[in-house]
Amino acid sequence: MFDGYTTSELLSIFAMQGFAGLSLFSVFVLMALGLAIIFGQMGVINMAHGEFMILGAYTTYLTSNLFQSYLPSLFSGYFFVAMLLAFVVCAALGALIEWAMIRHLYRRPLDTLLATWGLSLIMQQAYRSIFGAREVGVELPEWMMGAIQVTDLVELPINGLFVMIIALAIALGVYLLMYRSGWGRKVRAVVQNRPMAEAVGINSAGVDRATFALGCGIAGIAGAAFTMIGSTGPSSGQAYIVDTFLVVVFGGAQSLIGTIVSAFSISQAQSTMEFFMSGSMAKVLTLLVVVGILMLRPEGLMALKVRR
Amino acid sequence: MGTTTTAAGRRPSGTRKGLRGSLWTLAASVMLASTAQAAVPPTPEVNTTGLAVTDDTVKVGILHSITGTMAISEIGSVQAEKLAIDQINAAGGVLGRKIEYVQEDGASDWPTFAEKARKLLRQDDVAAIFGCWTSASRKAVLPVIEQYNGMLYYPTFYEGLEQSPNVIYTGQEATQQILAGIDWAVKTKGAKTFYLLGSDYIWPRTSNKIARKHIDKLGLKVVGEEYYPLGHTQFNSVINKIKLKKPDVIFASVVGGSNVAFYKQMKAAGVDFTDEKPLLLTISVTEDEIRGIGGENVNGIYASMKYFQSLDNPNNQDFVKAFKAAYGDDMVIGDVTQAAYLGPWLWKMAVEKAGSFDIDKIREASPGIEFTKAPEGYVRIHENHHLWSKTRIGQAQTDGQYKVVYETPELMEPDPFPEGYQ
Repeated sequence: MFDGYTTSELLSIFAMQGFAGLSLFSVFVLMALGLAIIFGQMGVINMAHGEFMILGAYTTYLTSNLFQSYLPSLFSGYFFVAMLLAFVVCAALGALIEWAMIRHLYRRPLDTLLATWGLSLIMQQAYRSIFGAREVGVELPEWMMGAIQVTDLVELPINGLFVMIIALAIALGVYLLMYRSGWGRKVRAVVQNRPMAEAVGINSAGVDRATFALGCGIAGIAGAAFTMIGSTGPSSGQAYIVDTFLVVVFGGAQSLIGTIVSAFSISQAQSTMEFFMSGSMAKVLTLLVVVGILMLRPEGLMALKVRR
Repeated sequence: MGTTTTAAGRRPSGTRKGLRGSLWTLAASVMLASTAQAAVPPTPEVNTTGLAVTDDTVKVGILHSITGTMAISEIGSVQAEKLAIDQINAAGGVLGRKIEYVQEDGASDWPTFAEKARKLLRQDDVAAIFGCWTSASRKAVLPVIEQYNGMLYYPTFYEGLEQSPNVIYTGQEATQQILAGIDWAVKTKGAKTFYLLGSDYIWPRTSNKIARKHIDKLGLKVVGEEYYPLGHTQFNSVINKIKLKKPDVIFASVVGGSNVAFYKQMKAAGVDFTDEKPLLLTISVTEDEIRGIGGENVNGIYASMKYFQSLDNPNNQDFVKAFKAAYGDDMVIGDVTQAAYLGPWLWKMAVEKAGSFDIDKIREASPGIEFTKAPEGYVRIHENHHLWSKTRIGQAQTDGQYKVVYETPELMEPDPFPEGYQ
């Protein structure tokens, strides 16, 4: 397929393809981190994860409209405000849901699965009633559109770079929070041994609520970031949920590092294969490889060694 | 919804036909005295098969998804059909009878569509159904509508390869959209190489098959053909491939949420469609879709459709005005919405030509019916139950509207089973 191209053309295409892989990686990381925190730390499978992301996207949409009508001079910076708001709104709703629903269902994984799936349907229909069934267009500030011209042939999309930076920042933030803060130590203590953690005075219910809220909040930021590359509609969240679960399960449910490693390998595999074959086939092959590896390593790539 | 009950509706279903027959005779004799005053033909005459027709009303069904993933696309069709029904009623109805509609929700679920169609035909005895959107929903409804001999008016442009005696297809079949579009790109833009890109299901695949045959026939070249799963959101790899292959034309039939991702990422990758390098020709982005994608992201792409909201003719101006008056100034009208609007009108004309609501008579009367008041201009029903209509090429503007740049001089003949294209 490479006949008739000069070396420099090929090199630049490969450079851009490498960038495409990296930007897919950051999308995966953003999608999966929130879910990994909730799934890994609490054992709750949150089927409404995609809908929380879309809540973040709708928050961005509303913020953008608000800035356009009331603060047009600050429009170019609205996105940062939108991401913050998306986090706050989603975390708040997450905390509310945890309090109203999830906490009654701990240690009943199948029931949580059904309950959060029901929640996702309710949220979708709520979006449909509030924002209409049609997708909404989120307008981006001028500086976020277009590409950076590196050489004649190599063009790097700005929004791809931006998503990458957000993903890195959030991954770093989560790492610091989980492994370098007192709160993170409490979370890990609760995960490893709940009765003992309670015995030493950790408020495990509070930790659960905060963890769930954090996971939802990160989903909200991811949703805000995805308005740059995807659609914002009542059922857009469904487009992400399968990939999200794939990344989290493949990485090993209780390991955040595993999530990152798995996001990296899946995204690289997929984008490389997409280049050499058609999109549908690439997806099928990726899934086959993941299934194969999971058969050999049912715990995922990086299983946490815990006493059972 | 569906609160109207006719005499027929209240009877136990086991004996309905026999009982109905005798009731009609009774009703007819009572009516003989009173009909003389109006030109309304008596019910037993215009309805011999027990449809929900009374002396002053006739019941029809609207069957679209108003919940679920397809709601986004189908709501425009519902609005258009209701508007047409309201207008027909305001103009005196059909054979002197006001149209009442029963609306059912297909919920983006194909078995639900079939079940609701059965309900509309068996329980509500509707005289016609305006509905379905995806090919999958139509295929699910088809056996039901053929079994109970109903009449479906189907609005969406679709892949063809179908011709049911119980369906009138008011959208284009694939060849009408594709052949004219490709010919235009070749003749006016000098296109030589094509990249075919679509979502992975029957309509894009069939469309691209037809496109490829046609391109081969013209002696030109397809340099790539690709499908992505529905809902796919990452198009960077294919964008790189397109940049490598440098086709003259990207022929796109990506649908749904993927559309938004595809055009946003094209734009982000530094592609300016107004350069026309490559030129993008789509058969799947109507004004409706642009609302979600954002006009700034599709500025400059071309679409091959039969209708654009910006069409400049008196019929369309009236239609757009009425649509906005009914549903708000910020509404946009896409190709399928207009095709859905044709449904009730074509049915009314068929009924009036046949002088009867009977499905068999409507079927016989339908071919040859001309609708001169269509927003798209003029349409005529073909023997094969599809419409003769013109194909237009529009270029998308930043405000989300298309500017019409080309229109076929003649009506395109519908050809659902194109020879040599299968």
